[in-house]
Amino acid sequence: MPTIPGVANTPPSSVKLASQEAINAEIALIAGGYERGSQPESHPRLDYLPYRSSAKRCPTNDLYRTDPELIERTAPVFGQQDVGPFDSDLTVQHLGAPIGERIVVTGRVLDTDGRPIAGQLVEVWQANAAGRYIHVRDQHQAPLDPNFTGFGRCLTGADGSYSFTTVKPGPYPWRNHHNAWRPAHIHFSIFGRAFSQRLITQMYFPGDPLFDYDPIFQSVLDRRSRERIVATYDHEVSSHEEHTGYRWDIVVGETPMVNR
Amino acid sequence: MIETPGQTIGPFFGFALPYAGDSQLVPPGHPDAVQFSGLVLDGDGVAVPDALIEIWQPDAEGSVAARAGSLRRDGFTFTGWGRAATDNSGRYSFSTLRPGGEAPFIAVTVFARGLLHRLFTRAYLPGYPPDGLLSSLPENRRRTLVALEEGASLTFDIKLQGADETVFLRFDNSSD
Ligand SMILES: [Fe+3]
Repeated sequence: MPTIPGVANTPPSSVKLASQEAINAEIALIAGGYERGSQPESHPRLDYLPYRSSAKRCPTNDLYRTDPELIERTAPVFGQQDVGPFDSDLTVQHLGAPIGERIVVTGRVLDTDGRPIAGQLVEVWQANAAGRYIHVRDQHQAPLDPNFTGFGRCLTGADGSYSFTTVKPGPYPWRNHHNAWRPAHIHFSIFGRAFSQRLITQMYFPGDPLFDYDPIFQSVLDRRSRERIVATYDHEVSSHEEHTGYRWDIVVGETPMVNR
Repeated sequence: MIETPGQTIGPFFGFALPYAGDSQLVPPGHPDAVQFSGLVLDGDGVAVPDALIEIWQPDAEGSVAARAGSLRRDGFTFTGWGRAATDNSGRYSFSTLRPGGEAPFIAVTVFARGLLHRLFTRAYLPGYPPDGLLSSLPENRRRTLVALEEGASLTFDIKLQGADETVFLRFDNSSD
């Protein structure tokens, strides 16, 4: 298990934060090692030290391969009683309209064979247009928006489709290293057809200049997999005088087989 | 199709994912209710106050409930699914039923700031013959998957890293 001396989960202010250049060098070193490998890795590295908080929170043993039992080959069920009609429009949850670029984010939840995951729960949360979460521990100096909470949920349709109306979140600073900024993103929580397909991830916006500087984005070493977490601008989703549109399909892992 | 990679849940899910009744699969006053709880600890044994634990389990007869209503619980339907954020001391707690079956366990998912991708594990009830997974593990690792039972409480600590690191699982054939 590699460790970095002096790195705690939340660096106290006395700990000197690494420079962006040092983080970039670590990112490049790990990426270089990956390019030389052959096995595509579809998920982030758990022990990815450019993301400092992973140092003490990543398991050191390999994940242990086992056959799924029945409960793990099924998934929790959600229904219309679980989701309210306005839960998927993050712009109508308060008296006024939130500040920011109005956007619609839509797409489908699919399995690796391209089959839709129908009637399943999708949850999203995000910072406001200024890059501030309403979470009490977010002390970023940007303003809160009294008309924006930044949480939504919906059930996928028969074709696996979901859609959220919201505002484009701003980038925000964090204390991973000196001058660390997260690219704008929306957090997504997804359920598949099996327990093992449970996924929490982040959707990014195309062309974000912060991608190269962000260890969380870069923790996905495979370039083609990394492209999977970036939405596409879709003019067909944009609506006259209403909002711009982004399309993002989410593909959950294989339905597990029993290999006995 | 290429799978969508996971990303960390981050530190700011607390206003979004937890909800009223999230951790109460049955009301705590239910005659068969058990408390399923434990600590989430990092590699230094320090509590993880910003983890989210989800559970998915069969009912007392060992059947998969497959019923809706986990987000707006009616107090009567056992859905088998629940969610609990850890508190400032790193503790999560559910009110649920003992799962049924031959080697009964509660399936557990772990999310946390600092964890780039979710982890899966199992919390077995003690006192049953070991199943295939438990039998295949050396004793020191096996015991990380077995809850401690005392009266109506099941205690299951989750150690993300270190000497008593919990066994975390994968179910596919990929390199993930
Ligand atoms: Fe975030």
